[in-house]
Amino acid sequence: MVNIPSSINDPIPAAEVEDVELYHPHSWWTTYVFSQDAKVIAIQYSLTAISIGLVALVLSWLMRLQLAFPGVFTFIDADRYYQFITMHGMIMVIYLLTALFLGGFGNYLIPLMLGARDMVFPYANMLSYWIYLLAVLVLVAGFFAPGGPTGAGWTLYPPQAVLSGTPGGQDWGIILMLSSLILFIIGFTMGGLNYVVTVLQGRARGMTLMRMPLTIWGIFTATVMALLAFPALFVASVMMLFDRVLGTSFFMPAIVEMGTQLQHGGGSPILFQHLFWFFGHPEVYIVALPAFGIVSDLISVHARKNIFGYRMMVWAIVIIGALSFVVWAHHMYVSGMNPNFGFFFATTTLIIAVPTAIKVYNWVLTLWRGDIHLTVPMLFALGFIVTFVNGGLTGLFLGNVVVDVPLSDTMFVVAHFHMVMGVAPIMVIFGAIYHWYPKITGRMLDETMGQIHFWVTFLGAYLIFFPMHYLGLLGAPRRYYELGESVVNPPSAHDLNIFITLMALTVGAAQVLFLFNAAWSLRRGKDAGGNPWRATTLEWQTPTTPPPHGNFGKELPVVYRWAYDYSVPGAPEDFIPQNEPDPENRSREHAS
Amino acid sequence: MTDVVETETRISQPRPDGLRGFASDWASDQRTFKNVSWGKAMMWIFLLSDTFVFGCFLLAYMSARMSTTVPWPNPSEVFALNIGGTEVPLILIAIMTFVLISSSGTMAMAVNFGYRRDRRKTALLMLLTALFGATFVGMQAFEWTKLISEGVRPWGNPWGAPQFGSTFFMITGFHGTHVTIGVIFLLIIARKVWRGDFDTEKRGFFTSRKGHYEIVEITGLYWHFVDLVWVFIFAFFYLW
Repeated sequence: MVNIPSSINDPIPAAEVEDVELYHPHSWWTTYVFSQDAKVIAIQYSLTAISIGLVALVLSWLMRLQLAFPGVFTFIDADRYYQFITMHGMIMVIYLLTALFLGGFGNYLIPLMLGARDMVFPYANMLSYWIYLLAVLVLVAGFFAPGGPTGAGWTLYPPQAVLSGTPGGQDWGIILMLSSLILFIIGFTMGGLNYVVTVLQGRARGMTLMRMPLTIWGIFTATVMALLAFPALFVASVMMLFDRVLGTSFFMPAIVEMGTQLQHGGGSPILFQHLFWFFGHPEVYIVALPAFGIVSDLISVHARKNIFGYRMMVWAIVIIGALSFVVWAHHMYVSGMNPNFGFFFATTTLIIAVPTAIKVYNWVLTLWRGDIHLTVPMLFALGFIVTFVNGGLTGLFLGNVVVDVPLSDTMFVVAHFHMVMGVAPIMVIFGAIYHWYPKITGRMLDETMGQIHFWVTFLGAYLIFFPMHYLGLLGAPRRYYELGESVVNPPSAHDLNIFITLMALTVGAAQVLFLFNAAWSLRRGKDAGGNPWRATTLEWQTPTTPPPHGNFGKELPVVYRWAYDYSVPGAPEDFIPQNEPDPENRSREHAS
Repeated sequence: MTDVVETETRISQPRPDGLRGFASDWASDQRTFKNVSWGKAMMWIFLLSDTFVFGCFLLAYMSARMSTTVPWPNPSEVFALNIGGTEVPLILIAIMTFVLISSSGTMAMAVNFGYRRDRRKTALLMLLTALFGATFVGMQAFEWTKLISEGVRPWGNPWGAPQFGSTFFMITGFHGTHVTIGVIFLLIIARKVWRGDFDTEKRGFFTSRKGHYEIVEITGLYWHFVDLVWVFIFAFFYLW
């Protein structure tokens, strides 16, 4: 195995890792449906996630319509409204963002960017998708079950989640929701183990950890976090399922409901909140870290400059990942937990701002005097930075106990987390789709439609969520079916609600344009060629586009440099692929 | 300073000493853990994740037990068996623990013989391990039956905090499921060993990957983990 080059500048012979035993499909079914190829699985994951995400998008329109025009849409009663809220939140956070970043982009990009033939265990990878699909179907079944889906709010707090006053609480809703979560976690674990082991053990020759593109660092760290955080949700789901089905009292205190004493007693609702947020807070970074990674690469490619402070970016990702496991109770300042915890959790929460700020500075410094191409992916990347900074700053408000207490459960919180973990990661997802669609399909997405899509989405999202901060400061509570004529809802605020709803519908319409673009460009888009963005990373150096089964022809690529050799002085072109030898030692790898 | 970082492609440089060497070794290309196969790495990481699952279960149980306002049933009395007219505390659990720990011993021997490519002994030892595992699950079923006949239910019991029954059935049930899955895997792998699949490198039915004796060790990792978890359950649930 040892194969040391005799002189420093000798080219290295092609990969000498023993041949990976790939599964070679024999039929249409094993090629396109029960495929074990990570690229196909990635597309399956993405399409499923986007489809279910569209359902959640429609649910958000319905909620907004109710808030702006209470009483007009009679089919939206209070129960429906809570069901819409719950399903919207759960779908967006878990079934869309987590699945799309890790199952979609993770599957597509990890093997390609690392110079691997496939994930290490393609069969488990395939099972991962099918169990995910099953989880989605079980979730959707809630809409058709008696009593409808659960209306407990996406946090599913007990005891109300399993009481008869909550939609789905004593019907099928909560059972289906918890079962779906359990399935999702089982399926995700199969995929997640694959992503982690592929990154650790399946890289190409020369692909050291510190030469990995930041996209991979983000996805890798997020997957490790998911493998450690989802167990808490798994346990909480199992226990609540038992509370609901078997009549145990893990989370259920003694309760009188409608004048009758329930059979429960002695359980701790706070225990559920601890378990949930031990999952829930890392979950924020499980969707944020892949976004951080991808946006770093988008900025570097489209500004034709190496990422500023690569090493620091890597460490920031790792440190954010580690810190995010010790901040969970900042979601629980008003839960009635020991008030002394607030001090600890506020401190750790604010410390996270340091590595996060480092990342933002480095993105901006990468742009500084770069050769910025305002392509659609770049626009989305820039949109991400602005949105993320905005959402992050309101996070400083909410991380402090004294400021959080009056603001908690107001629209301010809704505005904060939609900015920071809703809009910001979605911006990156769009940017990433515009960026990698040419590799996946061989055709460019239409630029004009893309520009319209970006500007409407970006400005529209701002116009939706910026006014919400104001509503929150007025004291407008979140999760209220209607506010009526109350002190927190003066006529001016109600007009604002109508405005927000109109913006939400507009942004939604822009997504239809995006879907049309994606479908239209599949056949009519401009031919992309192998490397339309003139990027350095390995996925752009495949022999064909889309990449073949096994990704890289006969020989795996050998990596000679980091992923960010853009505009290297003296080089003939403004980018040098990672698999190009570096005899003159020109790579800027060690300068950063 | 004699060793060389094998796989840096740009410059082949001497590996630095101490922590830096450790870091550059880990960060070097292809593999972070140099002589660890994919399967073994995957099992280790899965076990790490599973540790968090059991950790959460046990923490939830401990928080329930510490915060309960009604008395917690005394495990020494609840888990006692009446043998020859005397109540022997925890006797069944002691035997179960002994059986399970012994199965770890036979498993370790199976791994050893697997790497010596001794088909028969490996298969027999794996079967013996599976038998111990099945015995454990059988005794657990006996224990459940006894408790259920005494009136313990997930939602209550005659002696005190209702969380006793719920956590007991949940945690031992989840662990018992792990043991059962382990027994099934042991049987499948033992059959493959017996047939000589790993000598001929027969390809897997689903994965079309070649089989290796290493799978015996990977199954063993899982098995030892399940044993280790039992030690914690034993300590926290029965001895507390």
